[in-house]
Amino acid sequence: MKKIFFLTTFLLVMLVNFSCAQNTKLSKKQTEILITNEKSEYEMELVFEDKNIIWAIEFFGDNSILATIKSGSLIHYKNGVKTKIKGLPEVYLRGQGGLMDIAFHPNFSDNKWLYFSYASQSNGEKGGNTTIARAKLIDNELKNLEILYNAEPNTRKGQHFGGRLEFDNENYLYFSIGDRGNREVNPQNINLDGGKIYRINDDGTIPKDNPFFNNLNAKKAIYSYGHRNPQGMFKHPETGQIWTNEHGPRGGDEINIIKKGKNYGWPKITYGINYSGTTITKNKSLPGMEQPLYYWIPSIAPSSFEYISSDIYPNWSGSLLAGALVLKYIERIELKNDRVISRTKIAENLGRPRDIKQGPDGYIYVSIEGKGVFKIIPKI
Amino acid sequence: MRIIYIFLIFPLSILSQNDSLSISIKNGKSLYEDFCVRCHMPNGKGQLGIIPPLAKSDFLFEHMEESIKALKYGGIDGEIIVNGVKYNSRMEKMGLYDDEIADIMNYTLNSWGNKYEKRIKEEDVKRIKK
Repeated sequence: MKKIFFLTTFLLVMLVNFSCAQNTKLSKKQTEILITNEKSEYEMELVFEDKNIIWAIEFFGDNSILATIKSGSLIHYKNGVKTKIKGLPEVYLRGQGGLMDIAFHPNFSDNKWLYFSYASQSNGEKGGNTTIARAKLIDNELKNLEILYNAEPNTRKGQHFGGRLEFDNENYLYFSIGDRGNREVNPQNINLDGGKIYRINDDGTIPKDNPFFNNLNAKKAIYSYGHRNPQGMFKHPETGQIWTNEHGPRGGDEINIIKKGKNYGWPKITYGINYSGTTITKNKSLPGMEQPLYYWIPSIAPSSFEYISSDIYPNWSGSLLAGALVLKYIERIELKNDRVISRTKIAENLGRPRDIKQGPDGYIYVSIEGKGVFKIIPKI
Repeated sequence: MRIIYIFLIFPLSILSQNDSLSISIKNGKSLYEDFCVRCHMPNGKGQLGIIPPLAKSDFLFEHMEESIKALKYGGIDGEIIVNGVKYNSRMEKMGLYDDEIADIMNYTLNSWGNKYEKRIKEEDVKRIKK
């Protein structure tokens, strides 16, 4: 009896220690950083106009732009001319879903593989879900289309398709799929799609060292889980790690560094509340669940995420940029030892920023819904 | 016994009169929470100067056809004035089916102090062209 008592106490103490060490919630000092106006001067120059929602932009080596239009078309902008890319599969336009991100294979110049994410109803049931595909992009036409991943089941829900793509240094492709409006079912269950970050090989096969590869019933492409709707993603140029920003509910948008097999907690832990103002959970931290690197209250609705490595902008190198869909500005975030130390507003009142990319020329480009693509030019 | 009988029949008869409208409003509520709530807000008040209100909106009741068109084809081009305030944000096309648009209209027309007795039907939405 004494032994059992001792053992229980020991386990309890261990548990408390463990949870304190690993999962204590972030302090207010770490997240209550007021946003200020950007001090550096810059101009927003229109590169090309477009009345649609340009969900994503990417650059060819010659700095010409490939852009996805959410309603389901892909355009190549070069020297003042827009050319529609042929051969795109049928896109399911529904709520937040449509044609979403694009990514060039790291060896695109040799193999011509273009990767893209879109909502499709390809498995035949009513509704749709996020699909990842690749095709060879040759002479403004997509050929040899291959479906690499198709999230199940289809649903008529219009929410949380995720859809960002990013290659890491070892040519693994990462992509996000949001919880598809079914938060109580999807994000915490690794046997189901939705509310996850995935990792696949460039040919669509699943890496054997994926965290749930040997789990019989799991979706083996899952790399991390417990996400709500990640729509910003970049590869950190120094560490090679994948960083995301994620739409929270009301409050509780997050920045996360994606780690293998980890649970980011949605909806068991969150700093946000329901749109209606009611509580989702009182837990902001729990054992075994990751804390965000940063969270936003109120929500900015982060649509995109980019790392500035360019030195064209004085003092901006090493900052992160996040597009704020709801508040209609771009947030420049400065970090020190992976902690946010300052936040400033860029491109205020221009519109809803959908994607942000540093071009091969070192300039930052932004797509604004209903307006087109802009280039940020520093005034020095 | 007779009292019980009346109690049973009376609510049932009201229910059947308003049945199709109340079912449509109920469907419209869950669709609103999926597709509309982030911008137009749970109280239908929108965001002053950015997203027009639906609650007690003069524009909604005076331009019903245009409102349905906006849901069906995505947005209204150019500036509009709602309850005396200018708005010029484009609403994206949501990919909604005609019956869903009717449900969202019925919910919107009968929430947050709004009242509209006639039910918008799927056929009404189908008829509206770009």
